[in-house]
Amino acid sequence: MELDVSIRKSLRDYELNVDFVIRDEVFALLGASGCGKSMTLKCIAGIERPDAGRILLNGRTLFDSAAGINLPPQQRRVGYLFQNYALFPNMTVAENILFGAVGNEAAKKAKMQDSLERFDLKGLEKAYPSELSGGQQQRVAFARVLSSAAELLLLDEPFSALDSFLKWQMELELMDLLHSYDDAAVLVSHDRNEVYRLASRIAVMNRGRFEAMSGRQELFHQPQTLAATLLTGCKNVSRARCEGERALWAEEWELPLMAAGNVPQGLKYVGLRAHFLAYRPGPGANTFLMEVVRVIEDTFSYLVMVRRAGTRGKPIRWEVDKDFWQSVQGAVQGQGIYLYFPPEQLILLER
Amino acid sequence: MDEMAWRPLVITLETALTATFITFFAGIGAAYGVMRLRHGRGVADAILTLPMVLPPTVVGFFLLLAFGKRSAIGKFLLQFDVSLVFTWKATVIAAVVVSLPLMYRTARGAFEQLDQNILYAARTLGISEWRIFWRVLLPNARQGILAGLVLSFTRALGEFGATIMFAGNIPGVTQTMSTAIYAAVQANDYDLAFQWAIGLVIFSLVFVVAMNAWLSRRGGR
Repeated sequence: MELDVSIRKSLRDYELNVDFVIRDEVFALLGASGCGKSMTLKCIAGIERPDAGRILLNGRTLFDSAAGINLPPQQRRVGYLFQNYALFPNMTVAENILFGAVGNEAAKKAKMQDSLERFDLKGLEKAYPSELSGGQQQRVAFARVLSSAAELLLLDEPFSALDSFLKWQMELELMDLLHSYDDAAVLVSHDRNEVYRLASRIAVMNRGRFEAMSGRQELFHQPQTLAATLLTGCKNVSRARCEGERALWAEEWELPLMAAGNVPQGLKYVGLRAHFLAYRPGPGANTFLMEVVRVIEDTFSYLVMVRRAGTRGKPIRWEVDKDFWQSVQGAVQGQGIYLYFPPEQLILLER
Repeated sequence: MDEMAWRPLVITLETALTATFITFFAGIGAAYGVMRLRHGRGVADAILTLPMVLPPTVVGFFLLLAFGKRSAIGKFLLQFDVSLVFTWKATVIAAVVVSLPLMYRTARGAFEQLDQNILYAARTLGISEWRIFWRVLLPNARQGILAGLVLSFTRALGEFGATIMFAGNIPGVTQTMSTAIYAAVQANDYDLAFQWAIGLVIFSLVFVVAMNAWLSRRGGR
């Protein structure tokens, strides 16, 4: 599968402007709501029409504003999985699956039997969508798109309507489904963990543009922009400026930090993931005395908000193991705690 | 009662049924067409809604002008020896024009209330617009369409103003129950007027109650 997208469309608040090529991979668009990620999917599927640009799928032109080509959705062979599943309420499970099926009658029936088995829908053939649970509805939507002629799958926030246990189960099923599709899929989500597990490449979208596009490891380890840093779940970000070859000043935290590599001249922000902060018994390099501002108990850890002792700096979130926190808690009360900022984990951002 | 006495009832039913038949298809077609318009949706909507907000006498007057012997349409029809004014066909046309907005608006409301994603889903599955219309749009908008059907039928049943302007009040030809009531009151025959009035009330009530019963029985899905 090869999908080549290069489109522009002006929206109310900004212009959607995306360019990407994907080949046999699960590609994810990660972004906050309203960033244009769903609109991108709708343009690929032919539900919305871009103002300009072109879209090619496996060498077929789906859209080309210069050549005046705009295939209707019916001819695009692009499967779309909607957030709310969009099953036909007036049709049974079997009718839903068969409605868009391709091939002769025998092939359709055989395909449907496969799907029913595969998605654990046996015995529900005659049920209507309103009689199904959320997970079952999603399975029907999977089965329906699988029986169609789609060459590419578009997934619009596929799990947002499910509770967390079901979500995990459906995610496993989706992984299988994607493999059977030769990994030809574009996934849209605001959930960084979901995206990390499912996609091989990730684009971070902000106000209609790709801020960063990279493999998932690079993106999470060294995001390039502020939006990407926040979207990949980094809780601690401070404005910062370069103070020397390895030195930087974190303005909002009021901390002079050392980085592992060269600090770029145009440094604007510094980030540090909450679980990388480390406890130290005494002072040392990149280690500061911090006062505890607030302690919040989370499911499996404590979230300890700290700031440099004696300053009014922005609190920094430190995620710490429950047992460990309980063992050091007593010593910390009152006089503060030494925390180490690992130089190799600092995220240095120029934009 | 002799046969002539029943004529207003027969004419009313024939008119309402014929008009509703036309309105049903025209209203759904107009709703679908307007919904898919890219430009000028507001204007099309206003034109289709106008007969609902204008006094029926005004509608009737314009119909009279449009189809009268001096109008272009009237002259054109005369070449084929067709004259509409003061005929049964005119009662049907009047009923269609005043009841069409009800069908159009309820059908359009029903279409637009549908989750548009199911239409998009059908398209991405490769299903033709024609099949989507019959198998997805209509069945899922069924309740609204039925409500529109009953509303436009009862409206056609009681139509008075446009009918009397355009079709007149000719006993045995264009005299419906509503115009018969008017004629009876004019002739000081309150008993007759009362009979037709009660008849109309019962008719309308039966249809509305039947619709509600039908909708609530099917309401689950």
